[in-house]
Amino acid sequence: MKVALVGNPNTGKSTLFNSLTGLNQKIGNFPGITVDKKTGTCKLPDGALIEVIDLPGCYSLYPKSKDEAIVLEVLTNSNNPSHPDLIIVVADATNLKRNLLLFTQVADLKIPVILALNMTDAARKEQILIDIDKMSQKLGVQVIPISARRNENIELLKQAIVDAPKIALQQESIAVSTLAPQLISQIKQDIRIKEDYVALLLAHQHENLAYLTVDESNHIESLEQANAFQPQPAQTKETIARYDFISNLLKEAVQQKPKVISDTPSGKIDRILTHKVWGFVSFLAILLLIFQAIFAWAEYPMGLIENFFAWLDEVGRQLVPAGLLADLLFDGILAGLGGVLVFIPQIAILFGFIAILEDTGYMARITFLMDKIMRKVGLNGKSVVPMIGGLACAVPSIMAARNIESWKDRIITIMVTPLISCAARLPVYTLLISLVVPNDKLWGFFNLQGLALMGMYLVGTLGAIVVAWVMKKIIKTKERSYFILELPVYRMPRWKNVGLTMYEKVKTFVLQVGKVIIAMSIVLWVLATYGPPERMEKIEEKYQSAQYTQQYDEEELQIMESSEKLENSYVGVLGKFIEPVIRPLGFDWKIGIALITSFAAREVFVGTMATIYSVAEPEDDTSSIREKMSNARDSVTGAPIYTVATAFSLMIFYAFAMQCMSTVAVVYRETKSWKWPLIQLAYMTGMAYLASLLVYQLLK
Amino acid sequence: MGLFVLAMKLTALKPGKSGIIKDFTDLNLSIKLMEMGCLPGEQITYERVAPLGDPIAVSIAGYQLSIRKAEAATIIVEEVPPLF
Repeated sequence: MKVALVGNPNTGKSTLFNSLTGLNQKIGNFPGITVDKKTGTCKLPDGALIEVIDLPGCYSLYPKSKDEAIVLEVLTNSNNPSHPDLIIVVADATNLKRNLLLFTQVADLKIPVILALNMTDAARKEQILIDIDKMSQKLGVQVIPISARRNENIELLKQAIVDAPKIALQQESIAVSTLAPQLISQIKQDIRIKEDYVALLLAHQHENLAYLTVDESNHIESLEQANAFQPQPAQTKETIARYDFISNLLKEAVQQKPKVISDTPSGKIDRILTHKVWGFVSFLAILLLIFQAIFAWAEYPMGLIENFFAWLDEVGRQLVPAGLLADLLFDGILAGLGGVLVFIPQIAILFGFIAILEDTGYMARITFLMDKIMRKVGLNGKSVVPMIGGLACAVPSIMAARNIESWKDRIITIMVTPLISCAARLPVYTLLISLVVPNDKLWGFFNLQGLALMGMYLVGTLGAIVVAWVMKKIIKTKERSYFILELPVYRMPRWKNVGLTMYEKVKTFVLQVGKVIIAMSIVLWVLATYGPPERMEKIEEKYQSAQYTQQYDEEELQIMESSEKLENSYVGVLGKFIEPVIRPLGFDWKIGIALITSFAAREVFVGTMATIYSVAEPEDDTSSIREKMSNARDSVTGAPIYTVATAFSLMIFYAFAMQCMSTVAVVYRETKSWKWPLIQLAYMTGMAYLASLLVYQLLK
Repeated sequence: MGLFVLAMKLTALKPGKSGIIKDFTDLNLSIKLMEMGCLPGEQITYERVAPLGDPIAVSIAGYQLSIRKAEAATIIVEEVPPLF
């Protein structure tokens, strides 16, 4: 049996999903589109195992965004693999009126339905008295009061799923067929639809429903014209009729005193957090806290992971006989993997903070604070969410831009989101900052490295703002942008949810990135170990000749030989080939190799560096990549390679360059054309080159 | 002498004041606002302005909604007279 959770945003639907399914959940995709599909299994009191699907939050079945459209698609298409046998509508008991609009729409689809009234604990506190039996009787469905957050009555809800009727028994809330009688009956007949409301929804939405054939869609269009159907007045009439029904229901079943928002705890918090001065002060303070935390809190676990990999390397080398296999395992795979996995604590902290911002309701306030500024540069207050999400990863954030209704605002948001420094740049920044910025305190409080990191994030954000402003001037549209956003009640973060999000994100990072990095490390190691045979032979002969063996001791010989071999290996040749182009930016051929491999994904940089330096100095197995890089010297001048100028130029390059295949792919999917991803690739890489050039030449 | 109540744009209210929704001047926008609970006859309260002067926060049907001033101006209200 398939059960779908449907509800408004901010109703605790995901919390309920988590308590029903626990860790038995997986995130997939709805076929053909990139909306996250969260499914899980749940065991019922009678022993049956059911599949639970968490559908995206929406306010009505008239979708305003692509994410919301999936709800309509799944619920109206009985052939959709996710089409449920039972729907649980999750409604916020403290905000029943608006939440029940969606319920009455869903009920009219005539799929068996249960109404779960969530947050009943908060409703009790606000002295909202709900007559559950009355409500159940009026609606003709089971109504279950729960508190997902406190795990109250979850068993009762599970029992309700067992008891749920197999056929829809709910009462009609409004007389749907009277809204467009002729049209509804014709659509029902011609498209073979059973339910009046499904037919009406098809009339309104057929252009957006992928499962209808072109013929069916055109036919509905012609039926609409024949019946002179006017969608907007029809929808207005429907919405007013539904709210009439809801008002009458609430009059009979609910007692509550009128709420004065400004007197509620949320209203009081808003007086500070959206205050003219304190609003922005607290916003900046929260951002600063996040960056300080990423450095300070992650230091200890990162040290542990570094030590663990050093230990693994040491133990491993004793077990595996020295030779090609050991080199591949330790110089190739382990070095590459260790270089990246060490950043798990920082990524977990960042995702944790973003989950907390979403969970507490503060994210909506950031949107509220920032809309005017964002609009000035061609964005939308709602662009803030993808952009803050961009701190973690551009890929889901670009998908999150679907919530922006205006096409132009959405395209610009998609185009600039990858400029926000994502978690994949974090390893690059932290590694380079730790090389050139001293670990000192400014005024005894601000960590200099933390400030440098925040500076890098500001540079990325500034770049995004400038580009957005330019695009606003270039892209023309007639469409009007609008902004209607719920400011949810402030709530304590649900630590279990935050923990689950962190766990999910880190798992995805380790699995997906881990695969890329292992593959890249192996390829790199092979290319760095082997070279054109005639060149390699010459080098070997050279170091075996009497002239060398007499002049140097064995250790010196080995170092000289392996570094010359690396320079003449396949990657060396490749790196040297692009060196003239990147020399003005202060990069040598080794960095050049990292730039090339980074086009798969930015975090590969650290792994690449680790692999290259391990191959170059095979006898030095224990020192970390950080030490190896800080000891790196120019082979001609003997000057350190990672100077302030080179490190910052490199960081700026990583801040701006489009070095992520997944982002290119997701932009293609979201914009449905190659035009936008190609423009993005070109402008970002060009901008990165020029900015790095400027930084290096100024700091040199 | 009757008591006159003037219809005005929502944005003409002062922050902190409430009105009863009477009408909308933009059909497209009105559908979206109605879905969110802004219905004719409902009481709407102008809660506050964002620090930079736009958007605004209003409360309706027991919850808070943020809309831009230009959108709020399409909502026609009658001010709820203060209680004596």
